[in-house]
Amino acid sequence: MASALNPMQPPRLADRLLRLFCAPHLHEEVLGDLHERYVVRVNRSDVAKARRRYWLDVVAYVRPEFIRRKSEQYPKPTNMTMLRNYLKIAFRNLAKHKAYSLINIGGLAVGMAVAMLIGLWIYDELSFNTYHEHYDRIAQVQSLEYGEHGVGTNNSVQYPLGTELKKNYKDHFKHLVMASWNVDNVLSAGENKVSRKGIFIEAEAPEMLTLKMVYGSRAGLKDPNSILLSESTAQAIFGNIDPVNQAMKINNKLDVKVTGVYEDLPLNTQFKDVKFLAPFALWVSDNPWMKEKAMTDWQNHFLKIYAEINPNSNFETVSAAIKNAEMKNLANFPEQARLKPEVFLLPMRDWHLHNYKRGVIDNGPMQLLYLIGTIGAFVLLLACINFMNLSTARSEKRAKEVGVRKAVGSIRRQLVNQFFSESYLVVILAFMLALLLAMVALPWFNDVAAKQIAMPWSNLWFWLACLGFISVTGLLAGSYPALYLSSFQPVKVLKGTFRVGRFASVPRKVLVVVQFTVSVTLIIGTIIVYRQIQFAKNRPVGYTRDGLLLVAMKSGDFYGKHELLRSELQRTGMVSEMAESMGKVTEVWSGNDGFTWKGKTPSQENSFGTLAITPEFGKTVGWQFLKGRDFSRNNISDSSGMVINEAAVKYMGLKNPIGETVTWQFRERPLMTYQILGVIKNMVMESPYDPIVPTIFMIRAHGGTNHINIKINPTVSASEALPKIEAVFKKLIPTAPFEYQFADQEYALKFAAEERIGKLAGFFAILAIFISCLGLFGLASYVAEQRTKEIGVRKVLGASVANLWVLLSKDFLLLVIISFAIATPVAYSFLSGWLEKYTYRTELSWWIFAASGVGALFITLLTVSFQSIKAALVNPVKSLRSE
Amino acid sequence: MRRSDLGEFEEVVLLAVAALSPGAYSVIIAEELEHETGNSVSTGAVHAALQRLEQKGYLTSHLGEATAERGGRRKRLFTVTALGGRILQDVRAVRNRLWDRILPNIRLEWS
Repeated sequence: MASALNPMQPPRLADRLLRLFCAPHLHEEVLGDLHERYVVRVNRSDVAKARRRYWLDVVAYVRPEFIRRKSEQYPKPTNMTMLRNYLKIAFRNLAKHKAYSLINIGGLAVGMAVAMLIGLWIYDELSFNTYHEHYDRIAQVQSLEYGEHGVGTNNSVQYPLGTELKKNYKDHFKHLVMASWNVDNVLSAGENKVSRKGIFIEAEAPEMLTLKMVYGSRAGLKDPNSILLSESTAQAIFGNIDPVNQAMKINNKLDVKVTGVYEDLPLNTQFKDVKFLAPFALWVSDNPWMKEKAMTDWQNHFLKIYAEINPNSNFETVSAAIKNAEMKNLANFPEQARLKPEVFLLPMRDWHLHNYKRGVIDNGPMQLLYLIGTIGAFVLLLACINFMNLSTARSEKRAKEVGVRKAVGSIRRQLVNQFFSESYLVVILAFMLALLLAMVALPWFNDVAAKQIAMPWSNLWFWLACLGFISVTGLLAGSYPALYLSSFQPVKVLKGTFRVGRFASVPRKVLVVVQFTVSVTLIIGTIIVYRQIQFAKNRPVGYTRDGLLLVAMKSGDFYGKHELLRSELQRTGMVSEMAESMGKVTEVWSGNDGFTWKGKTPSQENSFGTLAITPEFGKTVGWQFLKGRDFSRNNISDSSGMVINEAAVKYMGLKNPIGETVTWQFRERPLMTYQILGVIKNMVMESPYDPIVPTIFMIRAHGGTNHINIKINPTVSASEALPKIEAVFKKLIPTAPFEYQFADQEYALKFAAEERIGKLAGFFAILAIFISCLGLFGLASYVAEQRTKEIGVRKVLGASVANLWVLLSKDFLLLVIISFAIATPVAYSFLSGWLEKYTYRTELSWWIFAASGVGALFITLLTVSFQSIKAALVNPVKSLRSE
Repeated sequence: MRRSDLGEFEEVVLLAVAALSPGAYSVIIAEELEHETGNSVSTGAVHAALQRLEQKGYLTSHLGEATAERGGRRKRLFTVTALGGRILQDVRAVRNRLWDRILPNIRLEWS
């Protein structure tokens, strides 16, 4: 201890204690007194005693007189007065530097609006299905199957599984309902006919899904011949009346009575397309084969089971309990038993973002969520960086003001308050502008993101989030000027010797580099995404989509009328050809194995696309032959022929495929023998990014057709042809509405997900570069202004405009080049990862990076040049005159 | 007594200031009182009394010179105001009158 070395030094700790509690203005006399007395005591007696007494003396000062602080020396204006003054000065500053204010507020507002939209989007994604009150306890019963090609999940299950769960495991469930697939059905009442998706489901479903009833009750489905309609469906059929107890028909054969109308499920629910509910038993009775065969058949997966578990239970325990519910019943079904099925529950909260895809959890939706969220955060960051950069750059200008304020008696805290209130003012202005922007952009955003998001004006959380957002941004953006500017010494500032240090601009430069790194990365990303889409779009499709109509054969009335329809349609002169097929031409609807051909090796057990068609299918869709010939209706033996695609030939390894015999063992059916008639060019039916599935087209196959393909006569327009085609359908199939799809539109849907990413990435890239350039523009103007005198002197000494332009621009260009150097490897690693998941993909060519870099440089140069040339052109007389 | 707001300790301190004038400040007052009474007196107590007396207008103060043993700090020197002087005299007169009535006529019987 220092006091031990110097006996004349009283205990320091006691002094420190005293300083702590004693009012500052009394420190001098009190400490003086104490020290003097200590010296007196030391001289009189010994040090130890004096030290002891010193402590007592210090304690004696613990009295209110000494503790109470002296009131401020200067008059203390109320906070309101000062705040008004700060705001007035802030507004004057904003008005004085209009361009700067515009850049600052505009840039921040754009950034905030983007963050807001993205926040809403993420919220919408995360709140998927929360419309249902029992969201936490609802699940779908699925099974994991371990096949030869790895593990798979099956979300369609067997009828006996439902019976089994209801009989032996009912303690685990509050509700357990079996349901049909959500498919189109024709609903009719009198003359009104509509086609709507809907499901046949057991009576507890409305209660489980907590449907909000407009008319009738949730118990309505208990009536065996009832139907619950969604509000929009009821409106379409019955208009604006209460339709309860009205009679209607499903698919023109099932007589039902409306027993309730429920509010349409919102877009962010899995059941959004379910427009009606009908009793499950009605479906079973309508399909006699179910009663005859499916009730005990563990091989027939044809329905879905939804469950609500008991409140005190959880999904893991129930999943574990029902794991063997299927396996233990498979004694008579060896084929099914070989798959070792495990029954489990997929909770509703995972349906949207953590669903299974080929047996593993699909990370795609979550990745997209993270990606978009990150990009949004970056755009906001860019805007905040602008704000900070411009504020700090201008700090030198404000330094004099700080000096004057301090000289007339401002204390530091007041200055901190001033700068914070200024930054909050700007942030709040920007926020209001952002709200406006977000409102205007929302319809467009909904369009791109395929959402139905509304501004949640009445949502408390939204406002809390906004408030938090404003506080954080204001604090971030205002902290530097508030804490740094307020520390200036008035003497230095006012004397004019004040200079911001050489390195004061380093953080600013770093921030600019960050901005441009993000921007350049986004630009490169956008280009690659667009290239990938374009690459897939340019892929040879192998069939003609123009003027091709697809009509789903939704009810039984469509069947058995093929020849009649074909001749009637062709008679109108509007249709050049018509054929039926299994599934749409834009999908491989069915896949099977069990094929044998000459030279097949045992390992060639992959399944083929197996599609049943009518003879004119090829002519209708315009497929192209490499070898052999098409089916012909005049040649009866063609019914045992097959047309295969290039991929199938390659997989089979046939040198001369034409005329080869192929046999097919489909399940327990008798062996079927085929002859290869022709080989067609590959047709892109599935994802355009994936390799082509080896596909076999047959007339006689394992199942029937379910789609009608109509090729409109190329000489007439679709608008001309459609009414005539509709008339034919109305005449021949009066019980079903005429509903069709265009093949080209269906095909375009395959690009929807990538195009969405592309559009969003493009949008963000443009915004990012815009915001960054705004900031750069502001900085450039600031630098030019700051160096006015220098430029004037240089001009007087003979510098040309070009010299000055280089002088002022090169610093910024250097920053952009550095950002480009950082962005290139970052973008490369991200994008090669993204492209990895596409089999059919474009390359990451060097020129994309080069082009992005050159583009960024060009835009930077353009932005900076405006300011630097403007500054270089100023007459030196003007810039040097004033002092 | 008219001046009921003058406590006993305050009166002694006020007297000490008058006695030690013009160089009266808390340390020597405390030392003096300790010496005179034999009890320990802290500067804190003295300082507090001085502040109260100044507030009442019996004392004025100013900062004096700094000394080495004070660590270069200045001391606050106190002087009695005219009001303070009159109060002291009042108090003393009251006491004197009372004492006069005891002595020499009556022999004191201390018990």
